[in-house]
Amino acid sequence: MIVVEVMPKPELLDPAGKATLGALQRGGHEKFASVRIGKRFELTIDGPATEQALAEARTLAEDFLANTVIEDVVAVYVGGAEDEMDEFTEVIAGETH
Amino acid sequence: MPKIGVVTFPGSLDDRDAQRAVRIAGAEPVALWHGDHDLQDVDAVVLPGGFSYGDYLRCGAIAAQQPIMREIVDAAGRGLLVLGVCNGFQVLVESHLLPGGLVRNDRGTFVCRDQRLRIENAETAWTNEFEVGEEIVIPLKNGEGGYITDDETLKMLEGEGRVVFRYVDVNPNGSMNDIAGLTNERGNVVGLMPHPEHAVEPGFGPDTPAAMRSGIDGLRLFTSAIGSLLARV
Repeated sequence: MIVVEVMPKPELLDPAGKATLGALQRGGHEKFASVRIGKRFELTIDGPATEQALAEARTLAEDFLANTVIEDVVAVYVGGAEDEMDEFTEVIAGETH
Repeated sequence: MPKIGVVTFPGSLDDRDAQRAVRIAGAEPVALWHGDHDLQDVDAVVLPGGFSYGDYLRCGAIAAQQPIMREIVDAAGRGLLVLGVCNGFQVLVESHLLPGGLVRNDRGTFVCRDQRLRIENAETAWTNEFEVGEEIVIPLKNGEGGYITDDETLKMLEGEGRVVFRYVDVNPNGSMNDIAGLTNERGNVVGLMPHPEHAVEPGFGPDTPAAMRSGIDGLRLFTSAIGSLLARV
């Protein structure tokens, strides 16, 4: 499985995150200073996640899964089931734009 | 009589209203289907409002990938007149026919109101019957209508006169520079968040000082396009 993570650009207001933060603060969780809400895509492929598939996922992430005017692709990596994560997870592109 | 196509995507809401507006303005509406490659020889296309594909992924993003949009992007490059309203504006942005993006309203809620706009560019195919500086009132109804772009693009849009409509009195969604609508370089593609097709017929438009629901300011976008098409022949 290839995981793509997308976040709203840091400089933009994230109204959904802001509304969620408001609820946290009203609920007494003042220690949390901000909430931002992003997206995680899980792209399942038949067979192993090849370099070629990763490259394709990276392109898709920038061109379609995210709109880079308003969002950043923060990570594209090979992931698996929860218990396999530590062994197989390889962060391929973890940089923030 | 010019033929103006109106595209229906799964989740389009205002396609029938747009067809009606086209008919009232004096053109023949043609229903176009998102899954087709056939533009049926129309002279112009309207991408209507609604919630195509349930706004999944991002508003307009999945609609922008549909077969009919490939044809519209190609034809727009050859000068086809295209108007995107609300979700249609979002589709134009996601198709890269217009720059920037539309994000959730800064106030965090859906907004529905009769909205005052100022005409900033009266040379596009869809606004040539207006005057620059003229103010109009048409309905606005969106949850994700905040226009944003990078500073460089914003400067370019302002410098080249590509802002066509600007919000007056109230900026309902946090749009940069109060931008309500844009055009492309050539002036054949226009997108805006408010809904001209809901202000074309007395009795069903916004209130005016003269009478309740008598506002028909939206009609001139459609008659402008028809005039542009007739002038070409």
